[in-house]
Amino acid sequence: MKTNYKPIDVLRPVILIILGLLMLFPFAWMIATSFKQGRDVFSLSIIPENPTFANYLNIFSNSNFPFWFLNSLIVGLAVTASVLFFDSLVGFTLSKYSFRGKKIIFILILSTMMIPTEMLVIPWYIMSNELHWVDTYWGVMFPGLMSGFGTFLMRQFFQTVPEDLLDAGRIDGLNEFYLFSRIAIPLVKPALSALAIFSFIGNWNAFMWPLIVSNKVTMYTLPVGLSFFNGEFQSQWEMVMTGASIATIPVFFIFILFQRQIIQGIALTGVKG
Amino acid sequence: MKRPQSYTIEHTKRIWAYTFLVVPVLFYLTIRFYPTFYAFFLSLTDWDIVSRDKNFIGLTNYRNLFQDPIFWKTLSNTGFYVLYGLPISLLSGFILAYNIDRLKKGEGVFKALYFLPYITSMVAIAWVWRWLYQPAPIGVFNKILISIGLPQQKFLFSQTQALPSILAPTIWADVGFQLIIFLAGLKGISRQYYEAAEIDGADNWDQLRYITLPLLKPTIVFLIITGTIRYLRIFTQVLNMSYQGEGGPLNSTKPLVLYIYHSAFQQFDMGYAAAMTVILFLIILMITLIQLKVMKSED
Repeated sequence: MKTNYKPIDVLRPVILIILGLLMLFPFAWMIATSFKQGRDVFSLSIIPENPTFANYLNIFSNSNFPFWFLNSLIVGLAVTASVLFFDSLVGFTLSKYSFRGKKIIFILILSTMMIPTEMLVIPWYIMSNELHWVDTYWGVMFPGLMSGFGTFLMRQFFQTVPEDLLDAGRIDGLNEFYLFSRIAIPLVKPALSALAIFSFIGNWNAFMWPLIVSNKVTMYTLPVGLSFFNGEFQSQWEMVMTGASIATIPVFFIFILFQRQIIQGIALTGVKG
Repeated sequence: MKRPQSYTIEHTKRIWAYTFLVVPVLFYLTIRFYPTFYAFFLSLTDWDIVSRDKNFIGLTNYRNLFQDPIFWKTLSNTGFYVLYGLPISLLSGFILAYNIDRLKKGEGVFKALYFLPYITSMVAIAWVWRWLYQPAPIGVFNKILISIGLPQQKFLFSQTQALPSILAPTIWADVGFQLIIFLAGLKGISRQYYEAAEIDGADNWDQLRYITLPLLKPTIVFLIITGTIRYLRIFTQVLNMSYQGEGGPLNSTKPLVLYIYHSAFQQFDMGYAAAMTVILFLIILMITLIQLKVMKSED
């Protein structure tokens, strides 16, 4: 039997590796520079000659980064919890019950995916201003507490939960919320974890709305803080790169841990968190 | 009166269903639909957020917009972002996916490598690239140019180079997404088509042209539509890469959404900004309707 090895089979991975490493270069320089100080900052080398944690210590003790990091964490976790609960509850209701108005509610929720955020931020800001939500966690969080996309995703997955299973529970006298939370939810865990990861990363990286609704420096989220911090420290690029690394590294860890779910989820749904 | 049991069960289920939906329906009405209509309403007023009263001025904001050279400039910049950015990232995404699909092993590593920029904070990306673009001795790109004997470039400080310089990291961060979707599309094509084509003597190009691309059409339509919307909404990278976030030099990089942001939250010209968001909404609506139509004709 002839072996079908052509030059392209060797060339292909080599070219892909070179391109892939080129893709990583901005990250490599960013992280390398965050460990450099003084004249080393201007050197091209990827490996710092005198690696130092000084920039990180400096940022965490002399800036508001600890606040921003904490704010992003709180907002990301709370919004994700809300999205998981409500999107799956609504997805479950729309897939497992029949009632008047079901179709209209489904279409209305779907159609919200078409409304650009840019159109909503002005009314949201006016609302937040009148209700004193500016500079509060609630103000940053309220627009994202539920999502049309997540509802659609969860509804699709609940369709696969067999009706008999729920009916068996009903005969045993379990109430509907119990059926949802204890029987249906465990069966859609893969979808839930994908939704959780998208939602958290999306909120962690969100920029426009947190920028608009926060005026107090200590209420900024990480991207907003980073943007202002960098504007202030523009001449000290090692500080800018340290800030960028702090915003990026948690997402790297999430990615390394959940790479399979993230990539499968993206392929499945084609949507960024 | 005694009801049949199945009727009572259905009745209870319905009550539960409505209970589950009360809070979500209120949320969508107040946080999604009411603001949408409110934006339409605001676009017909001259409200500046400070004054008590909102004066109804009809279509004046729209009339002013069409005579505003900055509006046209931002619209054409946005067009550039879409028309150059999307085709380049789509094509690179496809070429990468096509080649990764044909690898004997290591697919997962490559997917991860190319995908990482997509989930990274755009603010961080923008500043890293802004640094790469600085003049020597700071900026890496210019240092490399000098070391291979080429002249320094102005990049973000040049009226002609700034927009492509902002587009580059945008594409860099976007390619991974296109790649993953293309790869999923490629995996969905049955091997039997290719085997049959090989028996008929079709070479790689024939297979690409007559099998792969036609069968990928739904994927391509999806990526074009979602990509157009994504590039239309470019904002974060321009605010973070241009001097003082102004979309300069001389508005040469300012996209529509940045102009909306400046009008609303720096000039507090809420009515004028709302009119621009309505136009953005109509553009996106049009694109979505085209998508629905193309997808329907597929079936």
